[in-house]
Amino acid sequence: MHSSTTAKFDIGENEYQPVNGLITRTKSFAGDDKLFEIQLPEGEELGHQPGQFVQLLVPGVGEAPFSVTSSPTKPGPFELTIRAVGNVTNAIHNLEPGDTVGIRGPYGTGFDPDILEGEDILFIAGGIGLAPLRSIINYTLDERERFGELTTVYGCKEPAEQLYPDELEKWAEGDEMAYLETVDQCPQDQEWDGPTGVITSIIPEVDIDVETTTVLVCGPPVMYKFVLQELDEMGVPDEHIYLSLERNMHCGRGLCGHCQINELYVCTDGPVFHYPVVRDKEEAEV
Amino acid sequence: MKIIDKTAFERLLDEKISSGQRDVVGVQDDGEKYVFDDLRSASDLALEYDVTMLSPKKYLMPQRETIVEYRDTNGEFEWRAKAEPDGKVIVGIHPYDLVAIEQLDTIFIDTLRDEPYRKKRENSLLIGVNMQDASETAFAASMGTATTDTGYDLMLTDLGDTFAVNIGTLEGKEFLNSTDTRKATPQEIQEVERIEQEEVPELFERELEFSPALLPTVLAENYDNMEFWEDYSEKCLSCGTCNMVCPTCYCFSVDMIRDLGENSGQESRRWDGCLLEDFASVAGDENFRGEVAERHRHRFMRKGWYIYERYGDIACVGCGRCTSECVADVADPCDVYNKLYQEVQARAQ
Repeated sequence: MHSSTTAKFDIGENEYQPVNGLITRTKSFAGDDKLFEIQLPEGEELGHQPGQFVQLLVPGVGEAPFSVTSSPTKPGPFELTIRAVGNVTNAIHNLEPGDTVGIRGPYGTGFDPDILEGEDILFIAGGIGLAPLRSIINYTLDERERFGELTTVYGCKEPAEQLYPDELEKWAEGDEMAYLETVDQCPQDQEWDGPTGVITSIIPEVDIDVETTTVLVCGPPVMYKFVLQELDEMGVPDEHIYLSLERNMHCGRGLCGHCQINELYVCTDGPVFHYPVVRDKEEAEV
Repeated sequence: MKIIDKTAFERLLDEKISSGQRDVVGVQDDGEKYVFDDLRSASDLALEYDVTMLSPKKYLMPQRETIVEYRDTNGEFEWRAKAEPDGKVIVGIHPYDLVAIEQLDTIFIDTLRDEPYRKKRENSLLIGVNMQDASETAFAASMGTATTDTGYDLMLTDLGDTFAVNIGTLEGKEFLNSTDTRKATPQEIQEVERIEQEEVPELFERELEFSPALLPTVLAENYDNMEFWEDYSEKCLSCGTCNMVCPTCYCFSVDMIRDLGENSGQESRRWDGCLLEDFASVAGDENFRGEVAERHRHRFMRKGWYIYERYGDIACVGCGRCTSECVADVADPCDVYNKLYQEVQARAQ
């Protein structure tokens, strides 16, 4: 899979040089999540692979890594979906179109569409794990003829946590990709006419050929073990599975040490891992 | 090999200090401990030291340094990455610390380019000194780092009234240009060899019971030995002192501050350590190494196995600093390695 420890934007020789990212659009979702559209100087493309991430610097506050949620097939600005859970992310949520942030990257090993070419693909997303997966999902939809059968399974805690409701509706109505969704539960003040239950309760309902399907998984840490167990029971070979894992990162370049899973650096060896690579790593918690 | 009178060497250093071209730092006795500090006079040097509290890594990767600045002037927003060519002449580095710096060079210059480190490193001059004393917790001879043929610009050996000087680089040779040196005699060359081969190894009270080449295997075979890691870390306070004093630790955190009242600020990085409780935690209450035993295990695996796999170096040079500085009297890599080796031996029987 594509890997990068070297940012594309190389001003001088210093890898820590950020470029200006102009926020051109924001969109709030019902929960604590917000989408940011960011434009680079002179309209340059980010040039990322699906699954790669950028380091985003908020002036005076700090920096954090975020997976790119837009597909590289979409021209122009790129998009990040950010949940407000800490200092940096709360500060980002207060930014508006016209504000400037710093961007380094793209970094890491993403999903390589060339490897997936001709394959059936099952995308399994839990909660905000849909943000990184959306990049590769939209990639496969934009270049639909290059891929086999497509299926997406999306599970959230509650209906209000769902991201990209407009796109979900299109996915559900369209015939280019099978789409299944669930919520753990529906609080009384929300509406939901789909199934309720954790994500593993609907995975057995997917109609896939386990011999020809590649499975891409991204979700909260607690989700992986259960999803992988379910896939194992369905007979999906481990070699067909890729996981996108989240860890703390400060540099994005394989140096600062925070993101290590045993000897692996999530920021360079990942965040997308072939499942057999991390299967026996205790700290991967998969 | 060259020979220089000690008085001539001191005069040379004093000239370099007063020229002000580049900061000269060296090992000094601060009354309680030996430390690398700014040198005001060559006579302040204490080259017969056992170990310094911090390694000279602090000059190449300072405890805190600005890596990015930003400014907003009239709507023109600008980020500027910083890498100061703030090199030093560092006098009196023991071989194990030179080995540690070579390891950092491999990572920060040869493999993952890091401008703040590279700029300082390439503008620094490293003057090593062969050991005349060793900390009682050190075991560098066992790790093969008590002497070194590489990693220095100049390497001194104390021969009484003179220093024998091995020249490692052209820059080191130029440093000596303005002073009188003479070629070493065969007897002097032999004496340096004798010191390195016979005297230096005798300085150490601690010893590894096996070849360090086996360390990656010994550690790997004890990865699942949680009983050992739990016992070992039971009294640990998770203060991270072992990380801070380690010459090969290089993990860091990045944070940003805003200049008060201005549309400008800096992002800096500071030393961080994998023994600190939050090192591997992410937003949303998840800590991927929440147990102190897991953090100790990670530190050891990294030092003796992971870094070896990735870069080819054993990242413990046997300096003993973590043992002597440990607040809770826990850290003791030599003892850990030996016990783990014994466990592997016992299991094999």
